Amino acid sequence: MGQIVLTKVRKAFGEVEVIPGIDLQINDGEFVVFVGPSGCGKSTLLRLIAGLEDISSGKIEIDGKDATDAPPGKRGLAMVFQSYALYPHMSVRKNIAFPLKMAGMSEAEQNARIENAARVLNLSNYLDRRPGQLSGGQRQRVAIGRAIVREPAAFLFDEPLSNLDAALRVVMRQEISELHQKLKTTMIYVTHDQVEAMTMADKIVVLHAGRVEQVGSPLELYNAPANLFVAGFIGSPKMNFITGPEAAKYQAHTIGVRPEHVEVSKDGDGWEGKILLAEHLGSDTFLKVACPVVGEMTVRGNGEMGLHHNDTIRLKPRADRIYRFDDKGLALK
Amino acid sequence: MATRQTQSLARLMRAPAIILLLVWMLVPLAMTLYYSFLNYNLLSPGQTSWAGFFNYQYFYTDPAFFESIKNTIILVLGVLTITVVGGIAIAMLIDKPIFGQGIVRILVISPFFVMPPVAALIWKNMIMHPSYGVFADIAKFFGANPVDWFAQYPLFSIIVIVAWQWLPFATLILLTALQSLDGEQMEAAEMDGAPAYSRFIYLTLPHMARAITVVILIQTIFLLGVYAEILVTTNGGPGFASTNLTFLIYRAARLNFDIGGAAAGGIIAVVLANFVAFFLMRAVGKNLD
Amino acid sequence: MARAVSKNAKIGYTIAAWTVALVIFFPILYTIITSLKTEQEAIEGFNLIPSFTFESYQTVQSQNDYFKPFMNSVILSVGSTILALIVAIPAAWAMAFSPTKRTKDILMWMLSTKMMPAVAVLVPIYLIFLRTGLMDTRIGLTVLLMLINLPIVVWMLYTYFREIPGEILEAARMDGAGLREEIVHILAPMAVPGIASTLLLNVILAWNESFWTIQLTTTNAAPLSAFIASFSSPQGLFWAKLSAASTLAIGPILILGWFSQKQLVRGLTFGAVK
Repeated sequence: MGQIVLTKVRKAFGEVEVIPGIDLQINDGEFVVFVGPSGCGKSTLLRLIAGLEDISSGKIEIDGKDATDAPPGKRGLAMVFQSYALYPHMSVRKNIAFPLKMAGMSEAEQNARIENAARVLNLSNYLDRRPGQLSGGQRQRVAIGRAIVREPAAFLFDEPLSNLDAALRVVMRQEISELHQKLKTTMIYVTHDQVEAMTMADKIVVLHAGRVEQVGSPLELYNAPANLFVAGFIGSPKMNFITGPEAAKYQAHTIGVRPEHVEVSKDGDGWEGKILLAEHLGSDTFLKVACPVVGEMTVRGNGEMGLHHNDTIRLKPRADRIYRFDDKGLALK
Repeated sequence: MATRQTQSLARLMRAPAIILLLVWMLVPLAMTLYYSFLNYNLLSPGQTSWAGFFNYQYFYTDPAFFESIKNTIILVLGVLTITVVGGIAIAMLIDKPIFGQGIVRILVISPFFVMPPVAALIWKNMIMHPSYGVFADIAKFFGANPVDWFAQYPLFSIIVIVAWQWLPFATLILLTALQSLDGEQMEAAEMDGAPAYSRFIYLTLPHMARAITVVILIQTIFLLGVYAEILVTTNGGPGFASTNLTFLIYRAARLNFDIGGAAAGGIIAVVLANFVAFFLMRAVGKNLD
Repeated sequence: MARAVSKNAKIGYTIAAWTVALVIFFPILYTIITSLKTEQEAIEGFNLIPSFTFESYQTVQSQNDYFKPFMNSVILSVGSTILALIVAIPAAWAMAFSPTKRTKDILMWMLSTKMMPAVAVLVPIYLIFLRTGLMDTRIGLTVLLMLINLPIVVWMLYTYFREIPGEILEAARMDGAGLREEIVHILAPMAVPGIASTLLLNVILAWNESFWTIQLTTTNAAPLSAFIASFSSPQGLFWAKLSAASTLAIGPILILGWFSQKQLVRGLTFGAVK
């Protein structure tokens, strides 16, 4: 089991209110990602759930039991830290065994679980090494191994991939997703990278300045962002926002158009503009276009687009893909 | 994590060190201050009386006092000049690619681990002795008259010994600073056409400024207290030619048994040291967090 | 700064560096050489090849009972350092792991006690020792050396403890470790190297201390620093014997010192240069 319910959870450091009050339900077996820019309170929220910080007011329930005042070790949660936080003076085996030893588990049972975790994570050959002798990816796996042997109610990940290089990050991302499918245990994952959020999550919680901006599946957030912040944060490259008379044509204060939802033509309908920059990636072409009517637009087209710097083109947003927002930044239905 | 319980435990853990240092700092200093206002000589213990500022006045009018202050300043400045300039030069040399760098480092650092009385004895007898020292041997080899260093240049001789002891410290710290110098920055300056001396003045020196400050301030604290080197070699003489403030106070207390006078001298030394310490604390304090 | 240099340049730098290093090391080297000469050889003029006799060492031991001050040095330096560690470890620990707003001020204040010139408290300390019978006792001097080095010990330990990452302690807490397990299994093993370095540097500093040892001892408790200082009087002037005594006094600490180069920078600059 691994259901976590937060009720009116508030956290203040002295005068500074980091989290003004959050209600959130995380269901058993879900992969939930907290995403937001740095300083949005996502790591603090995770640490409140872990018990590493005391909450200022509110209630945390884990599997129906009040865990608000329980010490971190008694919550049945396991955490993977950004720096991995491996014990440098212990072998990989002892690192993984540490939580089991703390729980007073028998030697035989400990070994069985360690062997099993090592097999799952491809660590069998490294059990007698020290963390200092391992590569970044291997350290990451040890940290995960230390978490899974406990068979916790839920896993907490605090930006676990940010210390890895780009290629390894993609591999580890997939490994964690596969692990989730295998274990079917609740996972809460904190990241500032919306690509990680989109690719891994069952449910994304977008946080901004300590508040939950929107909760939903990746595609819900992509297709129906609740406000300007979510619209701008989810999706890459960023959504284009247009205000003024062009937005008024759609009875909105602001309209949003995703770069992939624009039709590009040499001489068709739409806003006229001049190409400032054309990035040819092979699979895609990204264009930065200066349009006198709507300002600067980012556009994503197919890879074989024969367009270059200084070409004049026309941009036409797909009518069914225009997002409308009111003057407070909230989405209009 | 910062619960009330761990807070009070932490207080309990800090307490012994703080109390010990508090006692160590306040009690003797208060006693020194008290004694400095007494006529108190260990040779005539029955005749102790209140002296007011007489001890300070006596110290202030004693020509030996000014000579000792002058000697203290010359000693500190002389050693600082030799160690900082020499330290920079040696640090830059050792930082270059050389064979046997580890051994060179060990040889250069060694004098720092030689206790002051031994350092003084080695220099006094093995190196600077007018008949049997190495300098005398060299002088004889060139047919010159050997110099009686401690009789003719007592303060200079002591500066040489103390500088020899502290040169390794300066070198080691400046070398540490030098090794953290960004190599790409140097290469960028080279690409920009800066010649070697400009790179030294505009990049190396500013980079080492902090380390140089630390070397100067820490050494000053220790150099104000130079004692054993003087005791073993010149005993402060001839006359007061190589007596520094520390040695003068030692003389008053231990050779003249003048408790009141020595205490007044001690208070003057505290004032001087605080003057230096003020700057040291500011430099070190900046590095905290 | 690892840049390829021409072989000739490297040889040039090597010759220059070795020359400087040997000049600096020469007084020590010559003392060691002289200690292996006979008294006659020692005053015959410059000579780098001794007859490799150990008679001076035997004389130092038989005439001056060298072993006694040596043991005093060991007891004073190790004893005062261990005493300082006993007081300093809890203090540094508390300041590193549950800092308060005043922690920084307390640390700076501790450092400031180190600025007090020894000579300023010579009078009261001398009188206290004289009147309480602590004069020329090992226990009195051990406590005094402990107090002198306590600020450096606290500072060094503090900087080492601060390097233990907080996330590791949090990981242990997540893994179910209580305060006791946290200390026994995680903190203590990680703190051992820092404590060892601190011990090493402070033994060296205490071994070489030569103001208080000379002021407060005569024969019984006199460590090597006070013992050697007594050689300045005329009857001690036998060159080979003097060299043997000097070599013995600095030998052990010189070797310890070579192992502590890195900690030296850190310890003596209070972490201001790393």
